[in-house]
Amino acid sequence: MANTRDWLLDDSPTSLLQANLGRSYRVTLALLRNPLAVVGAIIIFGLIIAAVFAPWIAPYSPIGQNLSQRLLPPSAEHWMGTDELGRDIYSRVIYGSQITLTIVLLVAVIAAPLGLMVGAISGYFGGWVDRVLMGVTDVFLSMPKLILALAFVAALGPGINNAIIAIAITTWPSYARIARAETMTIRNAEFISAVQLQGASPLRIILRHVLPLCTSSMIIRVTLDMAGIILTAAGLGFLGLGAQPPLPEWGAMISRGRSFILDQWWVATMPGFAIIIVSLGFCFLGDGLRDVLDPKQGEGK
Amino acid sequence: MQRQLTEIVWFVVTIAFTFLGLLAITFFIGRVVPIDPVLSVVGDRATPAVYEAARTAMGLDRPLPIQFISYVGDVLTGNFGKSVSTGRPVIEDLSRVFPATLEMATLGILIGVALGVPMGVVAASRQGSWVDQVIRVIGLLGYSVPAFWLGLVGLAIFYARLRWVGGPGRIDIYFDGLVPPVTGVLLIDSLISGDIDIFWNAVNHLILPAAVLGFFSLAYIARMTRSFMLDQLNQEYVTTARVKGVPERLVVWRHAFNPIRVPLITVIGLSYAGLLEGSVMIETIFSWPGIGNYLTVALLNADMNAVLGATLVIGAVFICINKLSDVLYRVLDPRAR
Repeated sequence: MANTRDWLLDDSPTSLLQANLGRSYRVTLALLRNPLAVVGAIIIFGLIIAAVFAPWIAPYSPIGQNLSQRLLPPSAEHWMGTDELGRDIYSRVIYGSQITLTIVLLVAVIAAPLGLMVGAISGYFGGWVDRVLMGVTDVFLSMPKLILALAFVAALGPGINNAIIAIAITTWPSYARIARAETMTIRNAEFISAVQLQGASPLRIILRHVLPLCTSSMIIRVTLDMAGIILTAAGLGFLGLGAQPPLPEWGAMISRGRSFILDQWWVATMPGFAIIIVSLGFCFLGDGLRDVLDPKQGEGK
Repeated sequence: MQRQLTEIVWFVVTIAFTFLGLLAITFFIGRVVPIDPVLSVVGDRATPAVYEAARTAMGLDRPLPIQFISYVGDVLTGNFGKSVSTGRPVIEDLSRVFPATLEMATLGILIGVALGVPMGVVAASRQGSWVDQVIRVIGLLGYSVPAFWLGLVGLAIFYARLRWVGGPGRIDIYFDGLVPPVTGVLLIDSLISGDIDIFWNAVNHLILPAAVLGFFSLAYIARMTRSFMLDQLNQEYVTTARVKGVPERLVVWRHAFNPIRVPLITVIGLSYAGLLEGSVMIETIFSWPGIGNYLTVALLNADMNAVLGATLVIGAVFICINKLSDVLYRVLDPRAR
């Protein structure tokens, strides 16, 4: 064990793999000293476990109706009660984690690379390329995100795929801004000149030498954005524009529970707690990552 | 003088460009709608000749750039088309519902500033204490609680259980329409007509949705105030003041707080603009007859003219407030000039 640890913390790594693993190890160690970040990581780990093992964790089917068991309050049998069709809310919340995880992953996979490429190209080339790309980015940035997403979903039609596209469209511009700022600071660095002189193409320089240096600020930003993405997706679901029934999407579940809020409060509140806990988890982890990876940006000291 | 003039010109150009971008996006959205706008007028049994005639009459046979230019012209002259669901011109609907949103968002931001700023200052001056931790968690909750969920829970507790506040809507049904609309803002209109009962009834209905909105701006404002204050409190001049024996209260509220007032204005402006957006969800929950409710109803009826009109208005107000706080920042902060 001690040997592995020494190898990971070695100040002069002999291979790329050792350097990368060593860095991850240091980041993990620093994160473990931050209690809120640990809580956040545990929550997100729990979300992933719930999504992957939903069929084994959930005691009931998420869509199986049982009309004799309608609107039962929380009990030992139904931890979060049942809804108006007799479905077990706890099981639906567990299965709902699959949808939430899919949404945040897909939005991140679409928006982050798009923003990275736009930002890096803009920052690397400068000049009129920069002006045009940043002009477009600023137009998107200066518009209200939720309204924009709503309008896009209205045009594309309701559904979970269109909701993901709409959210991704409203998310990429802030990533482009970050990637551009990072690229501007390293564009004139000597190692970039060195690879330029070796004849590397702009595409290769951006992909191999610029983008890897943007990743840590991107990871922080994406993690911090996750809460907002979850809330927007839940909001679209709540308005009936996101995931469609009978999918156990948390926002849509709250919307169904709206009519029962006075007497059967658990139908609407339980999925809300799931949303809050998962969003808080991403906030905690994002804050922690920022303190570790980018101390100068951190709140306070 | 020369520099200021170029700056003003440049500023106007950016705003114009941003508005054009907003128009381009709404135009694009209106174009990609899967429902054919011609079909919705002539019906799907129309003969090709009738269809073509309607298409020409609606100007949809012209090249896209020409269509865009005429769209911009329409919007600039306030012609947003007719709403399919209300049958009235969209611009009329919008001007009728907008004051309700403004009323709610304004009270919301007042609550947010009145509570958020002191909370942020206190948190920063006692960094690491339990007060700081509590305020920090409240700040993070503002990023993780769905607005519509908080509104629902608020209604269930304060309206249904405790009966402390009025329910959904702007006013009790038997007061409805009694106050002649002057400004459209019910709190002001009822005072103008001197009807104090209606005023209190309106306050009763407004307080819960405004408080829910206020919570989100409070969270954001407290978080930003705390971080600005910490920056100041770690400066050397603050240490100097403390060493000189200036009382801690004065150090915090005068020496450290004064310099952050300008950046705080920007934060409050951004938060206000954000509340206009946040009101979409809150209005749906509270059946508040504002622009957000109008937008969601239009969305569910696939009433595209109304959707795009509401998007345009909210977007334009959002951009204006953003740019305005930017200008204020430049005017008030000598270093940014």
